[in-house]
Amino acid sequence: MWQGLYEALKDRRFVVIAVALDSREGDPLPWIEAAAPTYPCLIDREHRVADLYHMVNVPQAVWIDERGTIVRPAEAAGAYEGFRRMDRTTREVPADVAKISADARATYLGAIRDWVLHGTASEHAYDAAGARARMPVPTEDEARAHVAFRLGQHLLRHGQAAEGDRWLQEASRLHPDSWAMWRQRAGVTELGLAAQPDFWARVDALGERRYYPPVDIKGMPR
Amino acid sequence: MTTLLTETGEHTLPDARAEGDHLWLSATDLEAATGWSSRPEGLCRGSVCVPIPAGRERELLRDGRIDVATFWRHLGKPLAHSADGGAWVLGAGAADRAASLRSLEAPDFTLPDRDGRPHSLSAYRGKKVLLVSWASW
Repeated sequence: MWQGLYEALKDRRFVVIAVALDSREGDPLPWIEAAAPTYPCLIDREHRVADLYHMVNVPQAVWIDERGTIVRPAEAAGAYEGFRRMDRTTREVPADVAKISADARATYLGAIRDWVLHGTASEHAYDAAGARARMPVPTEDEARAHVAFRLGQHLLRHGQAAEGDRWLQEASRLHPDSWAMWRQRAGVTELGLAAQPDFWARVDALGERRYYPPVDIKGMPR
Repeated sequence: MTTLLTETGEHTLPDARAEGDHLWLSATDLEAATGWSSRPEGLCRGSVCVPIPAGRERELLRDGRIDVATFWRHLGKPLAHSADGGAWVLGAGAADRAASLRSLEAPDFTLPDRDGRPHSLSAYRGKKVLLVSWASW
């Protein structure tokens, strides 16, 4: 998704840094090999970037300007809630949903392009007050969750699977909003995705709450 | 052998002593792993010093060692350890993370690419960065 954007804008002092929140040995190398991106693709086994930037899902993006200042805090990166209307056996989405998803992606990419070309003059780059107003405020439980997650992953890597898994459960208990923590621990299907009945049950349990909270950019679906 | 995971990474500490919820480190190990050092003013890191609470000296300092676990709890920061005491994680507090994000300065990190080469965010200063998460799950 980002390769075209990067290639089009890399001469404008722009880079995509993709961070794979992938704890398991071997992940996500086959995916990276297949995509062969020309921008940095980093592997974050401990989900450290999620901890530092309060990311709770994928794909989420943070915009950082050339001075190292956050101009847009973590938000859904062009992804749309429409997948919840997917047929769970055929994995097809209705045509109208597919169109909204494609439009959401295009709108988000367009907003990034506008920022790269116009910098602080872009309506999509928040000033300091705007960025602060939208910055998530980590809770004590979330801080405990990141400790539990890190310990759990360490124990998994060092052959203490049962205890490690208990810590990963504890992490999700403390930080239920983190789909990244939950999906990392959840079982995977033969497709390699955490798209099992457990996942759909947890999604359904959201009710009216959003898997991808709406992004505040003109034209993005609400 | 004790492994201590902190904000600076993973530290293998052969001289650490884990006793239940207590982790006794030498002053050298404490500073190397956490950046905190023992001074007359108390325990200090950079320009910040935390005095040892009155009457609790023996709880935190003993025979030249510091109980970093009790200290971490005193700071109100999260920590956890494995049942066998072999692995400990000293975490950043919610206030630390909140203050960092409120400053709007993008926190630095170093992670490997698929060839194992480390990349730091700070190396990309001077460019606009789209930092984007993804996963194979």
